[in-house]
Amino acid sequence: MPTVILNRKVVEDSLGRKMSDETLSERIAMIGTDLKQLTKKEIHVEIFPNRPDMLSEQGFARALSSFIGAKKGLKKYSIKKSGIKVIVDRDLKDIRPYTVAAVVKNLKLDEEKIDEIIQIQEKLHTTFCRNRKKAAIGIYPLERITPPIYFKAMEPAKIKFMPLDIHREMNAYQILENHPKGKEYSHLLKGCRKYPVFMDSKNNVMSLTPIINSELTGKITPKTKEAFIEVSGHDLAYQETCLNIIAAALADMGAHVYSVDVMYGNKKITTPNLDPCKRKLNFDNVNRLLGLELSKQEIINLLSRMGYGYSGNDVLVPAYRADIKHEIDLIEDIAIAYGFENFKEEIPNVATIGQEDPIEVFKRKISEILVGMGMLETYTNCLTNKPNQCEKNNLKLNLVEVANPSTEDYTTLRSVLYPSLLEVFSTNKHNEYPQNIFEIGRVFNFGKSETGVVEDEILSAALCHKEADLTRIKQVVDTLLSGLGLSYSIESVDHPSFIIGRVASLKIGSAEIAVMGEVHPQVLENWEIEMPVSLFELNVSELFKVLNQ
Amino acid sequence: MKGVQELVDSLHPLERKVLPILKDNIGLKDVERFSNLTEVEATRALQWLESKGVITTNKVPYEMVDLGPNGSLYVSQGLPEKRFLKSLPCSFAQLERKTGLNKDEVTISIGLLKRKGFIKLGKEVSMTQEGKDFLATETPEEYFLKLLPLSTINMNKEQKLIMNELLKRKDIIRRENRNSLTVNMTRLGKDLQKIKLKENMLDAVTPLVLKEGSWRNKEFRRYDVKTPVSRVYGGRRHFVNQAVDYARRVWLELGFKEMPGPILNTSFWNFDALFTPQDHPARELQDTFFIKNPAKGRLPDDKLVKAVRLAHENGSNSGSTGWRYSWNPDEAKKNVLRLIKRENFFYKMEKLKESDLPAKFFAIGRVFRNETLDWSHLAEFNQFEGIVVDPNANFRHLLGYLKNFITKIGFEKARFRPGGFPYTEPSVEIEAYDSYHNQWVELGGAGVFRPEVVIPLLGKDIPVLAWGPGLDRQMIKYYDIKDLRDLYRNDMQQLREMKVWLK
Repeated sequence: MPTVILNRKVVEDSLGRKMSDETLSERIAMIGTDLKQLTKKEIHVEIFPNRPDMLSEQGFARALSSFIGAKKGLKKYSIKKSGIKVIVDRDLKDIRPYTVAAVVKNLKLDEEKIDEIIQIQEKLHTTFCRNRKKAAIGIYPLERITPPIYFKAMEPAKIKFMPLDIHREMNAYQILENHPKGKEYSHLLKGCRKYPVFMDSKNNVMSLTPIINSELTGKITPKTKEAFIEVSGHDLAYQETCLNIIAAALADMGAHVYSVDVMYGNKKITTPNLDPCKRKLNFDNVNRLLGLELSKQEIINLLSRMGYGYSGNDVLVPAYRADIKHEIDLIEDIAIAYGFENFKEEIPNVATIGQEDPIEVFKRKISEILVGMGMLETYTNCLTNKPNQCEKNNLKLNLVEVANPSTEDYTTLRSVLYPSLLEVFSTNKHNEYPQNIFEIGRVFNFGKSETGVVEDEILSAALCHKEADLTRIKQVVDTLLSGLGLSYSIESVDHPSFIIGRVASLKIGSAEIAVMGEVHPQVLENWEIEMPVSLFELNVSELFKVLNQ
Repeated sequence: MKGVQELVDSLHPLERKVLPILKDNIGLKDVERFSNLTEVEATRALQWLESKGVITTNKVPYEMVDLGPNGSLYVSQGLPEKRFLKSLPCSFAQLERKTGLNKDEVTISIGLLKRKGFIKLGKEVSMTQEGKDFLATETPEEYFLKLLPLSTINMNKEQKLIMNELLKRKDIIRRENRNSLTVNMTRLGKDLQKIKLKENMLDAVTPLVLKEGSWRNKEFRRYDVKTPVSRVYGGRRHFVNQAVDYARRVWLELGFKEMPGPILNTSFWNFDALFTPQDHPARELQDTFFIKNPAKGRLPDDKLVKAVRLAHENGSNSGSTGWRYSWNPDEAKKNVLRLIKRENFFYKMEKLKESDLPAKFFAIGRVFRNETLDWSHLAEFNQFEGIVVDPNANFRHLLGYLKNFITKIGFEKARFRPGGFPYTEPSVEIEAYDSYHNQWVELGGAGVFRPEVVIPLLGKDIPVLAWGPGLDRQMIKYYDIKDLRDLYRNDMQQLREMKVWLK
């Protein structure tokens, strides 16, 4: 979730009032954004992905001012016609089929304002636009462009212009290969034989979207009074919402918004459309879900605190809201306006019977027996790596691997548990002996399941002291199993982690449930353990099944 | 006088042996000799007496002289000059081979023996009569080496001269600085010596004492009950599991059923069933651990998959617009390590019947987050999750359950803020007040499941309350730990000495 830095003065100017640090912090938290830091000049705040309209100072202030009751209700935006057309090339169908556009005038720009606009564009790009994948925004100085404007697909070699910040002409291939933005976003055009381009009627390339604008026709400066704005992508409704968010923010900044006619063949779409969208709301549902008894008028008042209007039997949803998919989204906003702090918490009088997972009960009983024998319980990670699972223990295992490990230590899941205990010994050589430990933990192996992996609960217990040997670990197993009322048989086996002739498997009936033995000196040396270790590893899941048969 | 008498009665047998022979300036060696105790016993007795204020001790530095590596060799094989003499007569050329000495030793031996007139040098080296006499007798040096180890305190003048002579030669003897104890009696000590020590005090109850009844009419030596003891470590549950078990009990007391579930899941259960769109940032590599092998699992039955797909694409029959994109089953097959445990409930929810309601479930276990590790971020940690499926449930109930839990695990105040999750509406951020740091700390998220989540699973929209607070924050507060990583450090000392979870 993005943390954005907002200019506090711009926000307070839009609110039309100054607020104390305390009130501002508290209100910001309760509107559903996460305040990270508040200084005299800046507000650092985390905006949840469902509210891209709050990423700008203007949008944030708009939401906050109705929430604190300064300017309640639906904000109306009037849009005049610019008369400018955008003609969309049908060849774009499989490349980047949609665009929507607007013109804004009366821009009183200075370096600071330009920076604000670029910030809005960037914040939307990285969040709502999913790094330009779902939508890309272009802003151009209108005075440098001669309408009508063409959105078309062109062969990359024929696309030639001077990209932003580079003062020489390049073709599209060169841009993708050499320009920093080209390198960053080239994957978005991967596999396309033609690239999407905005071009004016004098055949000047305005931009190679979603990569970079032209230095000549696509750079706004303090001299820019009027701007052309387009949003392109794959989902028309998504582009419209994105444009509405920008248009509303610029209008709040004092600009006048003008519509543009986007031509898809004979079909004309006029954008932006900042008229609210109508939605039905069942007032009973509000009260039932929130556990409140609000009157219709109270609910309408609460809606107005979140920037909604109400007319006839409809809630009027602002055109810049991207997150209203369902009535439930309105109900949440009503809850926010009501104030989470004002809800009276209640535990309902509902009789249900609690029940612990039986295997958890079983695991606790096992732990009690082992603790009674003076053993310490450890708590190690399921994430580990191949050397720790295989090589160090002289094992060859088929391990479940992580695709995107963040550190070399965590590249696989464990298939056996006892290496985790050996690792504990290797990091505790400075501590007093005897060190007798156990753990019940999850291991992961290939098998039949929805994921192709079967998980088992495993118990491993290990003794590490001068006299740790097979006899002593066998005593632990014997105490445990006889304590559980089980009889078992023991067979000599070979196991690469243990000394030959001092390792055994343990069966209950025909089910093999454990292996125990004296750890081989080579394995101890691999772990740099300088004390004998004997241990056992027991499948608790299997044992639990046997017990319940 | 009662104090002094008690002190006398509490004297250890070793102390009782030592006390009568003590006087000012007596040294440790004399104490050993007169009391017939070993050095360790005598030292221990003096330490105890000093701690009781009976004596004070002074440390007197001295040097301890012992055999060096060559010295040990010479004691067993003889001094080089003697070995040299034994090989005579002998030609110069064959000296090294015949004596078994190295070049240096040969040179030193010739110099030393010539100076003392024990050898003659001609065509070959031969022995004089004095040399023969010398070979037959034990030299003072040989005798001295046999006496070692010796302390400089106990050496006579002649021995010191020999020592200085031997020190000039390589590695025959070595010196080490040590301290010797001398004793001074305190006032209390002198008083104590005037009291007659009781005879035949009993030191311990033994089976023999009991059998013979020899304890009758006898006194037991008094113990100093204030003496500190060495610590004995018993077995322990891991302190994290102690807290986890407590949290489990809190939910059980509220009538919740525990739901187990796998750690590894398909994205379908972890994300898609939770109405998290396939291009949501949480599904990107930096947050989630994906599995390379086996990279993909299989989807559950077609009916459920279709319902979930439609919820994403157009909201299906939920009254929602959905996320409006083309849902990709391949994306849903990707295996991941669970970020949240709620999918555990989904397996269960899918099978719930009308008559099973209201139903309340909780799950406790490990969840995974692919983040850079530091004091406040772990890749693996514990999370507690709960859901309530209840046709009459509402938002206030959600806050009620949560507040109860947060208070029970030990926070005084809880606060709920609006949050933003794709699968709940309203969404809640749970915060608790940390009175130690005077700040609100985040415990996790909660909310009421969206209809797009519930309808595919239950077939209709029933309020489902859900939450997933962590316990780590409270654990580090209770156990006074600064770094979350210390919860799972597995340091034996920490495991042995950590206080227990007292709830």
